[in-house]
Amino acid sequence: MSDELTFVDAVNRTLAQAMREDARVIVLGEDVAEGGPYLVTVGLAEEFGRERVRNTPISEGAVCGVAVGAAQSGFKPVVEIMFIDFITLALDPLVNQAAKAHFMSGGQLSVPLVLRTQGGTGQRNGAQHSQSLEAWLTHVPGLKVVMPSGAADAAGLLRSAIDDPNPVVFVECKALYFRREPVSESPEPIPLGRACTVRPGRDVTIVALSRMVADALEAAERLAGEGVEAEVIDPRTLVPLDLDTLAQSLRRTGRAVIAHEAVAAGGFGAELAAQLQAAAFDYLEAPIQRVGAPFTPVPVSPGLEDAYRPGPEEIVRAARVALEWGQYDAEPWEKGALARP
Amino acid sequence: MGELDAESARDLLRTMWRIRLFEERVAQLKRTLQVHGLIHLSIGGEGVAAAVCGQLRDDDAVYSGHRAHGHAIAKGAPVDRVMAELMGRETGLCRGLGGSMHLVDAEHGFMGATGVVGGNLPLALGTALTNRLQGTDRVTVVFFGDGAVQAGHFSESINLAALWRLPVIFVCENNGFAEFTSRDEHSTIERVSDVVAPYGFERSTVEGSDPVAVWEAFGRMLESARGGAGPFLLECLTYRRRGHYEGDQQKYRDAAAEEEWLARDPIARFTKRLDDDIVAAEIEREAALEVDAAVAFARDSPFPDPSIASELVYAT
Repeated sequence: MSDELTFVDAVNRTLAQAMREDARVIVLGEDVAEGGPYLVTVGLAEEFGRERVRNTPISEGAVCGVAVGAAQSGFKPVVEIMFIDFITLALDPLVNQAAKAHFMSGGQLSVPLVLRTQGGTGQRNGAQHSQSLEAWLTHVPGLKVVMPSGAADAAGLLRSAIDDPNPVVFVECKALYFRREPVSESPEPIPLGRACTVRPGRDVTIVALSRMVADALEAAERLAGEGVEAEVIDPRTLVPLDLDTLAQSLRRTGRAVIAHEAVAAGGFGAELAAQLQAAAFDYLEAPIQRVGAPFTPVPVSPGLEDAYRPGPEEIVRAARVALEWGQYDAEPWEKGALARP
Repeated sequence: MGELDAESARDLLRTMWRIRLFEERVAQLKRTLQVHGLIHLSIGGEGVAAAVCGQLRDDDAVYSGHRAHGHAIAKGAPVDRVMAELMGRETGLCRGLGGSMHLVDAEHGFMGATGVVGGNLPLALGTALTNRLQGTDRVTVVFFGDGAVQAGHFSESINLAALWRLPVIFVCENNGFAEFTSRDEHSTIERVSDVVAPYGFERSTVEGSDPVAVWEAFGRMLESARGGAGPFLLECLTYRRRGHYEGDQQKYRDAAAEEEWLARDPIARFTKRLDDDIVAAEIEREAALEVDAAVAFARDSPFPDPSIASELVYAT
């Protein structure tokens, strides 16, 4: 059985299922008992009570710390940071405590914690409510980082995140929240560290994160009109990373585009490009192309935000650069295919 | 609870000597770089660790800060394994991966030290919350210094503990110095117990170099917390005999400090009160042997295999 569910409903249903099955699963965060601004936790307090679905003060640091303490005492807390921008306030318990507790204790402690948060542009919320900060978290050994691209994956990945004995940062995307897709009534857990080939192709590999997966599919559709078969792969989890699936694809196609909404500079795409070139150097026909946001904070004004956020057009353009590499005497940007670096 | 009987008194003295002699030895070993990293000693404050942890059970959790050897030992961590940890050995509490500032002994409920001042305050609330939700009578204690009081986590945690009425006891060791700087340069509020006054929960300030005063005040709070009440804050005025860390030049401290020390040595004070020189000497001698054995144990222990580092990043 499967229903058409929004991303929000898929997360909500998965949380409820996990809470029904295991009394150690608790949910805490600002306004969670009221459902929160995107209604992700709506109804949970009514079913499980306000002891297990705990509204908290606006104290991200302490609340994340409470979740870490509860996790290393045997519970499975799911803590919500309303916007990923506010994770700055929770980084001490997350980075200095949760990520290192298992290691520093010589394996005595473990922290089965899920930190749910959401990021990205699309609502004209400006520079402090629209960021994509996942790369920071992938830099910390001990954390796992998950970025689902749709409702069905969100359900299966969240299930695995809750069952995982480690701290998992689960990065949702506000622009995906109300998109619908079929979601099984009791979704199978999707193992962390397994990429998904969303569309097969042989000419160019497009690795896309979160919202950019849909944009990559649109780009692939446009490229198909030009006779190019693009393969679209969603890594789904950044840590652990399924490098094998990505590298195998790149060895077949010889060309790759990496697309995420985060600022390109220092983004996770840089790490992906580095790992992929090392894993498939001899097969590369062109430099690995990256698509990401420019090096500015996120603007509010609609035209500016739209121009800031990368989409299918940028992916198509980057794919053309990769596909046409070496066909010209001139550098590709002189042909107008790419902004001058 | 609250009254200190003869057996508990001997245990208390034993714990204080264990910590004192352990840390004096650590100071020596640091000079020859046989223990590693930043070392923060609690010499002068042993009475608080001993009187608080001496009344707890293994299933009560204790959290601490960077000055944590005493708390770990008082909570039951074996001195030989603490020493081995400081010396970076495989037999250490944390297999040499934690070190002085990150001691953990889960078996004895020592849920951890932290190198981040105030960092463990909210974690203690998390443990207290699980105890509450499971309906147990376990109590959580978190030690911190007066320096942590000005950190954001402190205010957030105090508010949350009060709001949720968690069975947690905040034990502040106020030694008057936050790292190199005296309290009056960090805050306009002298007493930490006054900082939390508006929240309305029970708080008190005691002379930390008087282990009996700490024992009695903490015992009363513990009894209420066992019954599910909380939170509580116990401020213990202590004396930090050593610098902030081993190697600290202590130019900020005046010469009168040594005289103050003689009046505030918790072991001297308690031994006088115990009034049994033979028993006291025997306890000191046993603790010295224990520390000798701990150093020998650590020296004989192997360093960990380098492979354990990558194996312990994630739990499986």
